[in-house]
Amino acid sequence: MLTDYLSTVDWSRAQFALTAIYHWLFVPLTLGLGPLIAIMETLYVRTGDEFWRRTTKFWMRLFGVNFAIGVATGLILEFEFGTNWSNYSHFVGDIFGAPLAIEGIFAFFLESTFIAVMFFGWGKVSKRFHLTATWLTAIGANLSAWWILVANAWMQYPVGCEFNLETVRNEMSSFSEVALSPVAVNKFLHTVTSSFTLAALFVVGVSAWYLLRGREKRMATKSIAIASLFGLISALATAWSGDQSGAIAARTQPMKLAAMEALYDGEHGAPLTVIGLLRPEDERSSNDDAFHFKVDIPKLLSVMSFRDTEAFVPGINDLIKGNAEQGILSAEEKMARGRAVIATLARYRQARDEGDTGTMQQIEELFDASTPQGEHFLREYFAYFGYGYLETPQQLVPNVPLLFYSFRVMVGAGCLFILLLALVWWFNRRERLDTKRWLLHAAVWCIPLAYLASQAGWIVAEVGRQPWAIQGLMPVNVAASKIPSGSVTTTFILFLVLFTALLIAEVSILCRQIKIGPKNE
Amino acid sequence: MEMLRKIARFYIDGFREMTLGRTLWAIILLKLFILFAVLKLFFFPDLLAGKNPEERADYVLENLIPEN
Repeated sequence: MLTDYLSTVDWSRAQFALTAIYHWLFVPLTLGLGPLIAIMETLYVRTGDEFWRRTTKFWMRLFGVNFAIGVATGLILEFEFGTNWSNYSHFVGDIFGAPLAIEGIFAFFLESTFIAVMFFGWGKVSKRFHLTATWLTAIGANLSAWWILVANAWMQYPVGCEFNLETVRNEMSSFSEVALSPVAVNKFLHTVTSSFTLAALFVVGVSAWYLLRGREKRMATKSIAIASLFGLISALATAWSGDQSGAIAARTQPMKLAAMEALYDGEHGAPLTVIGLLRPEDERSSNDDAFHFKVDIPKLLSVMSFRDTEAFVPGINDLIKGNAEQGILSAEEKMARGRAVIATLARYRQARDEGDTGTMQQIEELFDASTPQGEHFLREYFAYFGYGYLETPQQLVPNVPLLFYSFRVMVGAGCLFILLLALVWWFNRRERLDTKRWLLHAAVWCIPLAYLASQAGWIVAEVGRQPWAIQGLMPVNVAASKIPSGSVTTTFILFLVLFTALLIAEVSILCRQIKIGPKNE
Repeated sequence: MEMLRKIARFYIDGFREMTLGRTLWAIILLKLFILFAVLKLFFFPDLLAGKNPEERADYVLENLIPEN
């Protein structure tokens, strides 16, 4: 039974990862292509030049294909919360439900209302009304992303909530703390700007393909002029928000940061590893034996984490064994505190079953933040609730190689995009881009690379918070529903087939539409 | 009323004049059918469905307290 449950947890995780990864293949292009189309249509409305109408309609067609294939793929994730992660869904209460509900309203009312005007309204509504609809579709999509990311951020940094012992649910105590937490704001900025970069690379890459074939030269160069500048600004903003993200992780998810850097022993003035080759897991136990080789930049990790060249950055060993000098509790101590909370819950249930109202009241006071003992219990014990479910401290360490290499793929690709977009913008401005065939080829190849980098970013964010479904409060093995692993395996395979078919459909329809090119209507 | 008729006509004409959109709608409808009719119906039992709030709380509390 236990083996079957562990298998269910693994399959549920694999299924959620699969559906999230496929969903994210469609979303970033929608988020970024919307504003690009809106900019092009703005130029059409301002200049009255039919060229811009034709160009806008071409990119809008590709936007439509991506939107249609991707729409509703996120619904599966919402099903999975209720079915595969029912303990989690109940435990988080409306904190998670509220942002998702707001997202649904924004998605439904903004996107689905105005996207119809965007596609059906050419020549039927005024130019300005059509332009407004295009902008509102783009803004609506990005506002939807905000609420999804608020929900995700809360799982990484649970704030603005109080645990209700009677309902066994977390209840929102501050909407603004949830919606505007530093993790949520940063996650939104990083995700949206990286999506803008991906869409810009898509427009640049497709336009480069036209230039390589000597087709649609005016549309390609004008599209590149807009997309390369838009992409360059977005890529720089992504780098800035990524830097902020590292500093936030240092405070809120230090294990994620340590695993990303394969930093085993914390140190003052910690270096940042630019590139390295990790040794196998059973050979890694300290900074001395973690790598076959590596290239470091001295003190940079301390600067990026705490804006101080000599700041102490805790390593994996500090977070597992504790570091009294730095005020870091050991994992064993946190696990003991977590087990104390679980024992308190068990006592509460027993007291309730026996009708022992005195004990129930005593325990209820422990969960009441307004009393001194409650404030102490919640801060010193309940904050480590999830640790009580761990069997060994090593369970706290996420997959180090996956994080280490994914992070470097993301950052390396991001740096390449900045360089490429700057070069493309510069040569296009000098009207020499079509002679730089190597750059045009590179631009085409950057389309799949942008998707790879985007997925790598999510791997860093999500694998990095393992074993937590909710940071510090609920590990994934408690969050999962107790359902037969066979049905999760079956649906995993069905999703794999369905999403792969959708992806093949999208790529083939997009390629066909790109080959057709803009139409004269 | 005239406004509603115009809006209805806008959508009817929009759908009628679709070219690529017909293929996309076919994909959307097929996808929704698979998601709702097949997966939701046969493979996704909602463990908390049908329980009142107290029963849900009991069920989750039980899962939060390990047997040993």
